[in-house]
Amino acid sequence: MNKIFLVIQREYLARVKKKSFLIATLLTPLIFPAIMGVFVWIAVSEKENQSLRIIEVIDETDLFFMESSEQYAFTSSVNDPEEAKKMVQQGERYGFLYIPKINLTNPKGIQYYGIENPSMSLMGYLESSLKRKIEDQRLYEKGIDPSILKEIRTQVSIQSVTLGESGEEKINDATVNYAIGFLAGILIYIFIFVYGNQIMQGVIEEKSSRIVEILVSSLKPFQLMMGKIVGIGAVGLTQFLIWVVLIGTLTTLVTGVLGMQMPQQQAMELASPEMAQATPDSSELADILMVIQGIDFVAIVVSFIIYFLGGYLLYGALFAAVGSAVDAPSDAQQFMFPITIPLIVAYMGLFVFVLQEPNSTTSFWLSVIPLTSPIAMMGRISYGVPFWELTLSIGLLILGFLFTTWLAGKIYRIGILMHGTKPTYKILWKWIRSSQ
Amino acid sequence: MLKITKLNKAYSNHRALTDVDLVVPKGVIFGLLGPNGAGKTTLIRIINQIIEQDSGSVEIDGKTLSPDDIRKIGYLPEERGLYKKMTVWDQLIYFARLKGLESSEAKQKVKSWLDKLEIAGWREKKVEDLSKGMAQKVQFISTVIHEPGLLILDEPFSGFDPVNAEIIKNEILELKAKGTTVILSTHRMESVELLCDHVAMINKSRKILDGTIREVKNSFRPEVFSVVLTQLSADLPYDWQVLKSEDGLFHFSLSLNGRTPNQALKELMEYGEVLEFKEQIPSMEEIFIHQVKGTSYE
Repeated sequence: MNKIFLVIQREYLARVKKKSFLIATLLTPLIFPAIMGVFVWIAVSEKENQSLRIIEVIDETDLFFMESSEQYAFTSSVNDPEEAKKMVQQGERYGFLYIPKINLTNPKGIQYYGIENPSMSLMGYLESSLKRKIEDQRLYEKGIDPSILKEIRTQVSIQSVTLGESGEEKINDATVNYAIGFLAGILIYIFIFVYGNQIMQGVIEEKSSRIVEILVSSLKPFQLMMGKIVGIGAVGLTQFLIWVVLIGTLTTLVTGVLGMQMPQQQAMELASPEMAQATPDSSELADILMVIQGIDFVAIVVSFIIYFLGGYLLYGALFAAVGSAVDAPSDAQQFMFPITIPLIVAYMGLFVFVLQEPNSTTSFWLSVIPLTSPIAMMGRISYGVPFWELTLSIGLLILGFLFTTWLAGKIYRIGILMHGTKPTYKILWKWIRSSQ
Repeated sequence: MLKITKLNKAYSNHRALTDVDLVVPKGVIFGLLGPNGAGKTTLIRIINQIIEQDSGSVEIDGKTLSPDDIRKIGYLPEERGLYKKMTVWDQLIYFARLKGLESSEAKQKVKSWLDKLEIAGWREKKVEDLSKGMAQKVQFISTVIHEPGLLILDEPFSGFDPVNAEIIKNEILELKAKGTTVILSTHRMESVELLCDHVAMINKSRKILDGTIREVKNSFRPEVFSVVLTQLSADLPYDWQVLKSEDGLFHFSLSLNGRTPNQALKELMEYGEVLEFKEQIPSMEEIFIHQVKGTSYE
């Protein structure tokens, strides 16, 4: 036991002391916001630099008046479609919207001409404003006053509340849950890959530099393998905890600054619900804040740690086994397949099933089978998972990593002493079955 | 010190050791010889408890080998390795502690060894910055740092320049003088003759030779004498192969073929003046080659 601890200590310190660890740990939490920031900045500056695009409209029904927006202006200067097309071709107009005489109950034949393919946002804008106009027109024809129409137009957003067993109500928001599940799932996926690879590199280093021969004359191969896996896992955990503290501090700072203004607004909303309704935007913001406050971050961090450790130990052992079987990282590719596939399945499953329908059967199985559960369960966790499913999933995960560790130990203790032979799956199977 | 009885080990496609018996007396330097692939490394790995034998026993100091005996053994593998990114100091402390030394003890021993081999100035250097010979010294220290009673050295001199090889040789002899038993596995027969008291040879998984250097050499006396004659008075028989003749001196070798040395000498005297009559004692190298060739088509 003492010897495992020595190995853990060495593996841990050798990595944490490196400058690259410090840099990666401090910079990564800043990189994602930075990338987002760059995107937003580019989008904003693009919008600012955009010249107004003029679109020619020929409306043979004479019913539509297209409202110009910041990006698009609509004019009607000609009546002949051919002439309008020519204007587009000569670059005088960005596009040409042609509305023939149409049947309002079944509006067909509206066309848009342009030199470029129109963007999704332009088509969406045209379609939605035409749709509204047609609807308005039809309601008007049925005898409804346009002023009434304006009055009855409402915006609806549903507040979703989950009922706890003891009757407590919790406001939640699918978007927030989605974001948390998305981040946690991806983070586990990245952690397993990054730290799993470190295990593999470490094992290959010891094997190819022949240190391993000296090491295993001092301690059992299994101790060596476990020491390495645990030591590198501790590095990952350290990194994660530093991130939690960093992000926690940043969030507290930011909300602290926001908090100066927030209480007044909230108090106002509480005092006069009508006012709150009158300003839907601010109430939405308050809702999201309430949702975020309602999320049990401690539970998420704790289950993240459990699933990170479980998933990491499960895959880490496999990475160690692959490292022990080969002489160089380039040979590892052929054995990476069985490791990468379940991880990718879990990753795809996260997006296709788990985040879409957290409580579907597929999601259930993905979050219970040990190979995929660390990633899939993290996608579900913020939506709330029944206790028994969580217990089952964690229990199976523990069994799973005990199994892969056992399996890896068998391959490892033979693999590390084998040089110059390129093993195949058949040989690995032989190693697993052999008693020595 | 070490007693090995009926040791067997087979891998899936070949036998590595077949019924090997070996006794290594305490305080000797024991040469373990044999061509590549003979089973030496397997034997050494079993003694180091890196792998397990299929059958047979290994006893150290009269007791079956157990994991606690790791501290008693120091092992320098043929293929050396150190952590490139670790400093000399950290590395030696790590290996010492893996062998079971306490932290304070480890520090003190590492320090005295670094001083002894005159590399104390290198303690904070990373191994990747060391020369090969320097790294070998570090490796040697890592092998002996815990003062093992049994030292297993696999090709200890490879990679050393003559000066450093001499330093290491003297360290080995010093350790022997202190009572350490050394198993020396090597191909360099001159170092075997120079250092070893006792040798055993393994070929094709079996032990084919065992004994002190003198015993081994005696058993391989080919009963051939080298002879120098002068003033030849008669033609030599055809089967006497003249190796060299210059300045009226004839050098050749003579097999006894059942005669006693005196009979042979008498016979020689009939052909001329005998200037030299000397038994050819084989070198370990000749014995090695002879034995390996002799057993390779069994």
